[in-house]
Amino acid sequence: MSFGRDDVLLRVENLEKHFEVDEGWIASLLQSVSGGEPDYVHAVDGVSFEVRRGETLGLAGESGCGKTTTGMSLVKLHEPTGGDISYNDKRLSEVDKAGMAEFRQNAQMIFQDPFESLNPRMTVYDTVAEPLRIHDIRNETARVQRALEFAELLPAEQYYDQYPHELSGGQRQRVAIARALVLDPDFIVADEPVSMLDVSLRAGVLALLERMTEEFGLSVVYISHDLSLLRHMCDRLAIMYMGKIVEKGPTDRVIENPQHPYTQALINAVPVPEPDIGRERVELQGEVGDVIDVPSGCRFKDRCPEYIGDVCDGAIPPLERKSDIEGEREHEREVACHLYESAEGHDPYAEVDGDGTAAEAGAGGDAERASADD
Amino acid sequence: MSVLEVENLEVYYETEEGPVQAVDDVSFSLEEGENLGIVGESGCGKTTLAKAIIGILPDAGYVNRGQIRFDGDDLTEMTDAQRRRLKWEEISMIAQSAMNSLDPVYTIREQITEAIEAHRPGTGRVESTEIVTEMFELVGLDPDRADDYPHQFSGGMRQRAMIAMALALEPSLVLADEPTTALDVIMQDQILKRVNRIQEEINSSMLVITHDVSVVAETCDRVLVMYAGKVAEEGPVEEIFNQPYHPYTIGLKRAFPNIRMPDQDLLSIRGYPPELVDPPEGCRFAERCPMATNRCYEEEPEAHHINGLRSYCHYADKIDEELRPRADDAETWKQTEAARAQTQTQQPGMGDD
Repeated sequence: MSFGRDDVLLRVENLEKHFEVDEGWIASLLQSVSGGEPDYVHAVDGVSFEVRRGETLGLAGESGCGKTTTGMSLVKLHEPTGGDISYNDKRLSEVDKAGMAEFRQNAQMIFQDPFESLNPRMTVYDTVAEPLRIHDIRNETARVQRALEFAELLPAEQYYDQYPHELSGGQRQRVAIARALVLDPDFIVADEPVSMLDVSLRAGVLALLERMTEEFGLSVVYISHDLSLLRHMCDRLAIMYMGKIVEKGPTDRVIENPQHPYTQALINAVPVPEPDIGRERVELQGEVGDVIDVPSGCRFKDRCPEYIGDVCDGAIPPLERKSDIEGEREHEREVACHLYESAEGHDPYAEVDGDGTAAEAGAGGDAERASADD
Repeated sequence: MSVLEVENLEVYYETEEGPVQAVDDVSFSLEEGENLGIVGESGCGKTTLAKAIIGILPDAGYVNRGQIRFDGDDLTEMTDAQRRRLKWEEISMIAQSAMNSLDPVYTIREQITEAIEAHRPGTGRVESTEIVTEMFELVGLDPDRADDYPHQFSGGMRQRAMIAMALALEPSLVLADEPTTALDVIMQDQILKRVNRIQEEINSSMLVITHDVSVVAETCDRVLVMYAGKVAEEGPVEEIFNQPYHPYTIGLKRAFPNIRMPDQDLLSIRGYPPELVDPPEGCRFAERCPMATNRCYEEEPEAHHINGLRSYCHYADKIDEELRPRADDAETWKQTEAARAQTQTQQPGMGDD
């Protein structure tokens, strides 16, 4: 299956989002006197992917990997530090006010915590109707009713005058879903949509989200640390680590045959409710690194069980297709790791060679490469 | 020998509307070196049960009836001073939120040392330093960081420090309340592995309280499924997860996707648990059970012993041939009240016989 340009709804190119570290006014005063540079948290650091029409894409990773920041940038809740997002082939940095209004109408978000994302002083009706009022769309009552009914809050009229505190967690999340759907958006970013809900209620909300994707032909970006959930909901997966995507591809391929050492560790760590299924348990050393003072080369190298030396230290592995991973649909998989051969002709060893300090290592790398070519 | 025996325990909370029967007639025992998982959704009474065992019920909570025997002694009869002596030394707890369980104004070392010295007076500085170093190494923390304050640790490190503290005096019973819920998968996996390893070393028993059936499947020998304050089912982990004999267990296990079984349909348990101020007669799960009959609404189920487990479902004996095929079908759980009523009349075999 190949996708032409027309199939792409959103194209994210080299997205970066850095946050300045707030060290207090004394530190910033000293900094302005001494002329020092402030520190930045590299929350998202050069992420590229596309979201196709009608597809579900999962962004996975541990806390702090930048998945939520990426998701919030997708719906323009954050202004990117660098890079760009194109919607229907139009760069968002270049669109006019009307174009941005159209984008905002089509880009919606469902947040993790329905206890915090709904205004406690607004009734269910006003909560769902608010986006219609902002975008000046008519037929308010009928649309609100339809959205609530779709979210299985039945009969809808009964919920109109209720406040969030009168609803259960599952019902609140359904209100949040109705609010996101009321504008008939093109795509939705759902950030951990069920993690705050009780176990027995999750399946119901997940079923609703699935129905929403099918019936509205929506593109949905799911953000979660839970790979079981993403496997169930998503067509494609992107695994993030310290602000970068380390592996991306069709969900089945990524889960069943992960290639990046980090993806392998992450999938191995997922517990399963089947006592008979033994897991291969690789213990990963250390913890997620520092995204303020980002290490050189590969960001995973310090914890990587497959670390192969100076190339990992010296060259940042680009996210690219690899020529030595075999199997079906492999042309759709991209991996950011030096263990595999680039299918795009990129030579990380040349990069290390170019750096004087790593020249020796580069030679070793050359030898290894030569033997691999045999 | 049983380390812990809970017998017909009832724990109530006093409220304006009357007592909430949070734990109602719960019995189980825990053998030496055994791990028992207690699973269920919020409000099923699992945390109340843990608090009653360790003796930290809030003021409104009280044990209405029943016994909690630890090494043969009834904890509910003990004075506060007697119970305090048991804490850390014999019974310790790993709480869900390590930030709230560690004191922010003392270093980690001071807190662990304090617990050691309180229970083993006369322990010298050198010896307690050794214990701290040993425990830190066991949980995978750098012993040099024992003199840090809790806020200098990441969430995963704090949780590990908490575990080091809970295990420092080699207690015979550890209560772990959602020990890894706040952590990422990789950290969760590491911590569970380490806890199991240490536990084997000091031969302690553990009670793992969680909503996550996967965590129980991976760490426990036996599991107790609670629903609305009562035991729904109890038995060996393999039996319960492979062949559950209670519809609630089937629903709970299949309510969330399993990474190894992508094609399995999710079961959505409709509705909400009942109010425990005025709990319903009959089976507490009846209202949400798509296979409930009139008998389920009227008569409280007794324990059925099958395959080494006990199930509190009226139809546990018939689960294999009749109920499980239906319960495994996601469509069954989508039935509306009306359709359910119809099925009841169509299947007289399932009625009160």
